[in-house]
Amino acid sequence: MADFLLYALLAGLALALVAGPLGSFVVWRRMAYFGDTLSHAALLGVAMGFLLDISPTIAVTVGCLLLAVLLVTLQQRQSLASDTLLGILAPSTLSLGLVVLSFMHEVRIDLMAYLFGDLLAISPTDLMWILGGSAAVLTLLVALWRPLLAITVHEELAMVEGLPVAALRLTLMLLIAVVIAVAMKIVGVLLITSLLIIPAAAAQRHARSPEQMALGASALGVLAVCGGLALSWFKDTPAGPSIVVCAAALFLLSFVLPRRGV
Amino acid sequence: MSAALIRLQHVTVTYAGQNVLDNIELSVEPGQIVTLIGPNGAGKTTLVKAVLGLLKPNSGSVWRKPKLRVGYMPQKLHVDPTLPLSVLRFLRLVPGVDRAQALAALKEVGAEKVIDSPVQSVSGGEMQRVLLARALLRKPELLVLDEPVQGVDVAGQSELYALITRLRDRHGCGVLMVSHDLHLVMSTTDQVVCLNRHVCCSGHPEQVSGDPAFVELFGKNAQSLAIYHHHHDHAHDLHGSVVSEGTPAASAHVHGEGCKHG
Repeated sequence: MADFLLYALLAGLALALVAGPLGSFVVWRRMAYFGDTLSHAALLGVAMGFLLDISPTIAVTVGCLLLAVLLVTLQQRQSLASDTLLGILAPSTLSLGLVVLSFMHEVRIDLMAYLFGDLLAISPTDLMWILGGSAAVLTLLVALWRPLLAITVHEELAMVEGLPVAALRLTLMLLIAVVIAVAMKIVGVLLITSLLIIPAAAAQRHARSPEQMALGASALGVLAVCGGLALSWFKDTPAGPSIVVCAAALFLLSFVLPRRGV
Repeated sequence: MSAALIRLQHVTVTYAGQNVLDNIELSVEPGQIVTLIGPNGAGKTTLVKAVLGLLKPNSGSVWRKPKLRVGYMPQKLHVDPTLPLSVLRFLRLVPGVDRAQALAALKEVGAEKVIDSPVQSVSGGEMQRVLLARALLRKPELLVLDEPVQGVDVAGQSELYALITRLRDRHGCGVLMVSHDLHLVMSTTDQVVCLNRHVCCSGHPEQVSGDPAFVELFGKNAQSLAIYHHHHDHAHDLHGSVVSEGTPAASAHVHGEGCKHG
């Protein structure tokens, strides 16, 4: 197998595994729009990376983490509804990223790669970032699984029972920020949330416990990555969108399949 | 007094310049059932939140016995329909709980048959019992119940109050609960605190129901309750509600419990 295909496969599989449980939380806690905002802002991170001459991967990771903290702070003020706030920040940061990039004539970047991903151009360094980031997020998710589930079910109940609810909520947002930064190379800023949400939503109908849904979402994500890469390899389609198309097909399939008796 | 589980002194909570709670004094002792009653917007839930530490009062002090174990029963539980969660799994969000313990707690509240049902499919009355079971699994010294009979039919309500009294007797815990149905609460409570942003009056149910402040606050209400009482022949729990006649039955407490099943 060609090296680049192996890299692409490993990166895609790592992302699919971590996107399963994390995406389940995004679905349960209705954070899809939050993920969207972070991913749109990732492009601004790329621009800042070029501007400050630091690695785009680092710039995007730091940028996403900062924005997550900013969003949490702003949401606590609650002068604007959460969706309004996100609706302002998402397009603004994306546009700002594009404007900043247009000023840098000396930098030639492939905008399409950042918007829709360039899975087949992943370097060994990128792969290390993706594997390392995914492993770190997955470890934390497993370690914090029960408390995160508890705050998802009822925040006040969790708080009375002694859980550090605000810290857990922030941790979850930071984990999403890391995954988005890591996933940008794979499916691009416009498609990242779909990889978090679609497998989780597809697994939901047939799951009977939170864990089943998370693992099912990981499994479906793996299938989508394999299917998308195969499509890209044999039919020469763009890899990122092919993965999303496969995930969407699996989602539709989950509706056709009969639901197990409850 | 030194044995109190919680003690609030001069507690004032302000929202947008308005006093929601004004100079509240409240304490709960082990084995004591304290009921907060008051009209909508009287600040009952706010007071509960201050007791639980979910909300910091603007002034005054909230003292809790060190390491107090609190079992909290929220008004209702809304779990996102996308989260596949069985009652058992919900109860096991309390650390260190296995199936046997969960089943024992459910049996204690008479809801063992829903153990494997998804939480979203459990009826209102059963859900209240499940929430009570979760509070019990914490082996609480203090049970805090925010409108424990919400969404439960009348027969179920008196049954639930009887259950709460039984749990208090068995576990020796203090109970603080919120209610706005006076007639049922009277028979099962040791102390009534009548709240309308400030403590209007408090004391034993018999004292309170004759208090002019109480009559003023609930005058209309109490009358309609009296009518209701005659029509439905629920003599056992309405001993204290005959406000105008002012001669509450002395043995009401005992009578209330016995009558339900007799």
